[in-house]
Amino acid sequence: MSAFSPSPVIRDQSGFVIELEQFSGPLDLLLHLIHEEEVDITDLPISKIADQFLAVIGDLGLNQAADYLEMAARLLRIKAQMLLPRRLGDDEWEDPRAELVRRLLEYQQIRELVDWLARAAAVRAERFGRGYEAPPPDAPPAPLQIDLNDLLAAAERVIALIPEPMLHRVVPRPLDVEGATAKIHALLAERDSFAWSDVVGPGATIVDVLSAFIALLELAKRGTLTLTQPEPFAPMVIRRESPREAA
Amino acid sequence: MSPLAKLLEAALFAASRPLTLEELASLEPESGEAAFRAALDELRAAYGDDHGVQLAEIAEGWQFLTRREYAETIDRAQFALRPRRLSPAALETLAIIAYRQPVGRVEVDEIRGVDSGAVIDKLLERGLVEIVTRGEGLGRPLLYGTTPQFLEILGLKDLEELPRLEELSVALRPPTPAEEPE
Repeated sequence: MSAFSPSPVIRDQSGFVIELEQFSGPLDLLLHLIHEEEVDITDLPISKIADQFLAVIGDLGLNQAADYLEMAARLLRIKAQMLLPRRLGDDEWEDPRAELVRRLLEYQQIRELVDWLARAAAVRAERFGRGYEAPPPDAPPAPLQIDLNDLLAAAERVIALIPEPMLHRVVPRPLDVEGATAKIHALLAERDSFAWSDVVGPGATIVDVLSAFIALLELAKRGTLTLTQPEPFAPMVIRRESPREAA
Repeated sequence: MSPLAKLLEAALFAASRPLTLEELASLEPESGEAAFRAALDELRAAYGDDHGVQLAEIAEGWQFLTRREYAETIDRAQFALRPRRLSPAALETLAIIAYRQPVGRVEVDEIRGVDSGAVIDKLLERGLVEIVTRGEGLGRPLLYGTTPQFLEILGLKDLEELPRLEELSVALRPPTPAEEPE
């Protein structure tokens, strides 16, 4: 390594860090090295380039990148093949570098095109077209053509659709649970048992029914009376509980 | 200017993208494409050096574009923004697709020496390349080609304007310097 002229890329004592992003790939890196060393691409000093390539990818910490590793392996194989002895004037011999050189030349052509494309894009970017226009919204509907009668008829149809308002007046109707309790106590005093119809008369309002029902439940809870229903939907039987205690 | 040239001027002013000759000729089909061609020449001459905009032939069509010398000023005032620059990887991939189309991913990978799937996806997203067909062979791979949008961002009339491969220098040139930070 020390025999080579130092290139900024591999001068590892300088703390000069090259990002992986700086190269588009192993071919790009190879071309960079070839340019740095000013060697002939068609007569590649493979040993030198392979060593440099390995040094750089080691220094750069690129060795995780499979694409670079694959190229490193390829370079080493070519280097080994170059070392094999061959007879003088052997026409059968095929340069092991040929495929790599072909790829490098092809890639170099692409890089040249990239330069061209980048320049073209830069020139184009200096010329503005009209700004982007969103597609226009759908055309507005044609203006309305209507005479007075049509308008009045339409208004009537609309008004007819308006429902009559349903108005509720909400008034406080307090339950009279105490009154109902007093009435039940009076009935209990008279009889051991009686029916629901005895508690609420025939003309009972919803308030009377609710008051009586709550009073009954409350008294049943206190143990003053029991509520039984002999069978489903049968009239409820209200019976005084433990008359002796109550007495 | 002739009435037809004025009609073209109006249509091209109204449009925000290049209009092809075919599209322009549909404005007045009875006039015929030859008359439109002549009117385009007339319009281009009228917008010679005396105007801030020029009639450019681009992406197989025509479009009014501002003159290059006003780019900085317009950009600085933020009346219009320059498009984002393409990365070297994107340009490499575009170059390969442009010259080899229709071309599959494997061939792009091979020439670049790296996996190009993500780059191709991004180019597809930006509408610079498209899937044109499927190749023969194993798995019938998707084959890609460039779009009119590709021509538009490069300011090219058509693919013929790309440099011919034999025109490129064979001598070893320094690789492009890394992109300056934007």
